[in-house]
Amino acid sequence: MQFLYDTQLLVNNIHSFLFGMCSLYGLPVVLVTIVAMVITVALVGGFISVNVMLLVLAERKIAGHIQDRLGPMRVGPHGILQTVADAIKLLLKESIRPKIADKWAYFFAPVIVMAPAIMTYLIIPWSPGLIIRDLNLGLLYLLAVSSLGVIGIILAGWSSGNKYSLLGGLRSGAQIVSYEVAMSLSVIGVIMLCGSLKISEIVEAQQYCWYVVKQPLAFFLFIIAATAECNRAPFDLPEAESELVAGFHTEYGGIKFAMFFLAEYANMFVASAMGATLFLGGWQGLPILGLALPPLVWFLLKTYLIVFVFIWFRWTYPRIRVDQLMSFGWKVLLPLAFLNIGITGLVMVLG
Amino acid sequence: MGLTNYLILGAVFFCIGIYGVLVRRNAVMILISIELMLNAANLNFVAFTKYVDPVKLTGHIFTIFVITIEAAEVVVGLAIILAGYRCLKSIKVEDINLMKW
Amino acid sequence: MDCLEKICSLLPNMTFWILALMGIVCAVLAVTVRNLVHAVLFLAGFLMSVAGLFITLEAEFLALVQVLIFVGAIVVLFMFLIMLTHQITDLSVPQGNQLKGVAVIVATVLFGLIFYLLKAMKWQEVVLPVKGDIANIGRLLLSPYVLAFELVSVALLVALIGAIVIARKKE
Repeated sequence: MQFLYDTQLLVNNIHSFLFGMCSLYGLPVVLVTIVAMVITVALVGGFISVNVMLLVLAERKIAGHIQDRLGPMRVGPHGILQTVADAIKLLLKESIRPKIADKWAYFFAPVIVMAPAIMTYLIIPWSPGLIIRDLNLGLLYLLAVSSLGVIGIILAGWSSGNKYSLLGGLRSGAQIVSYEVAMSLSVIGVIMLCGSLKISEIVEAQQYCWYVVKQPLAFFLFIIAATAECNRAPFDLPEAESELVAGFHTEYGGIKFAMFFLAEYANMFVASAMGATLFLGGWQGLPILGLALPPLVWFLLKTYLIVFVFIWFRWTYPRIRVDQLMSFGWKVLLPLAFLNIGITGLVMVLG
Repeated sequence: MGLTNYLILGAVFFCIGIYGVLVRRNAVMILISIELMLNAANLNFVAFTKYVDPVKLTGHIFTIFVITIEAAEVVVGLAIILAGYRCLKSIKVEDINLMKW
Repeated sequence: MDCLEKICSLLPNMTFWILALMGIVCAVLAVTVRNLVHAVLFLAGFLMSVAGLFITLEAEFLALVQVLIFVGAIVVLFMFLIMLTHQITDLSVPQGNQLKGVAVIVATVLFGLIFYLLKAMKWQEVVLPVKGDIANIGRLLLSPYVLAFELVSVALLVALIGAIVIARKKE
């Protein structure tokens, strides 16, 4: 387990090993890049699937305990294999398409929702050397790519050929776009403090003091905006079961619904990972506790803490009506975000 | 790739945009074609910055302004179309003829 | 393995041609399809390929801004409007008007003119790294171009307020 503590060295070793193999057998150097890309894609895909299984199970169990019951208990010991059963059921379902649904748009909408959710895994800092690509404009990449998913949701709503799906899709699109502005502005405070958009530099800069201490308002805004971005309660009107049947994914079943589901949980994980990175110090550990945990474990702990908070929100708060949602986003969160930027700027200038 | 390649590509996009503006009857389609033309101009600016003036980044700055003004124009255009739709129940530009003699 | 090396050395050029082809196909489809929503999706494809071209031109910040603003906000705005105006069901109406032939001639003539001019010019191409990082752009926006920056902000504000007023429901 010692290699987990110094992942930068691990990554360097793997790279030099691959280069050595290539020069030994006379293969071109670009093969290293291709092999690294294939390995990374496989790892990310595997992680997303395992993560979704864990999160779905966690959600149902936590929901059960909050509601003073036990949650799923039948499949496997204490219901652990419930998600496996769900996945098998979803994959074996017949794919039905409504006749008036637009064929290509109906087919591509889940793809357009899923692709940005996976693309955001490019910049997650798992450990000191373990970022897939440490882009110079990492944070901007995150904001840009996460705004691509809206198109898929609106398209899904429209292509179902169903008034309720259309309404759900439009409401969800409006909500995501509004809260995206608040999220971007709340992150600007962190950028001002750190002076760089590079994720590894933001994590390094939190060595002595996590940004949640310096920017509590921004953290609060980020968590609320991230819940709205992921279409989770209390902002989940677009996919509410009691309001719009199932919102924009009413007419989707089987694998397509599984993709929407996967995308939602993948998004939730990325939003929590970003909250942990930007505000809770990423893979930095707390030296006070005296435990020498590897940085990867610290990162996962913090991320899953925020995921737990998201799940807790869902089963504690009632759903907000759509006009209350929009007025909250524009009239409360946005001015608070501006206030945060103003205060940060003032404090930085005055010393 | 050489500068001329990017400029010719920009010209192709621009001409496709002009075809779109002249041919389509739907106001939203005309706005889409205008987007094509403006993006062709942006491509030109950025190509010039890379190949002719990489130090002063004038093209990049101008592209930022073009993107901003383009966003403003699309917003106002779409608002006008929406208002027109409410009155006329149609978004074809031929139907906006109440002030013709 | 030699062919692999040859392929890899051609990759930068191939990226340009692939992106250019994708852009042209998306643009042509965007102006010719009947279904409005499909046209907007092809516009999104076109904008993504232009963002890719920006990346090949070493303008990463602009590429990401393009994706964020255009594909993330303006295409969404188009889709909202199309869905609020219910014209998508009217597919029997031909989308082009009688100016098709004239438009093709005009577009081709214009392209021919620009092509001829571009082939005739000789630019001095400089091979320096483009320092288009966000710190440089920020510095430039706040010192030489600050007036334009402020005016563009005011223009955005005016457009925002104007759009809200125009599109409001009259009560």
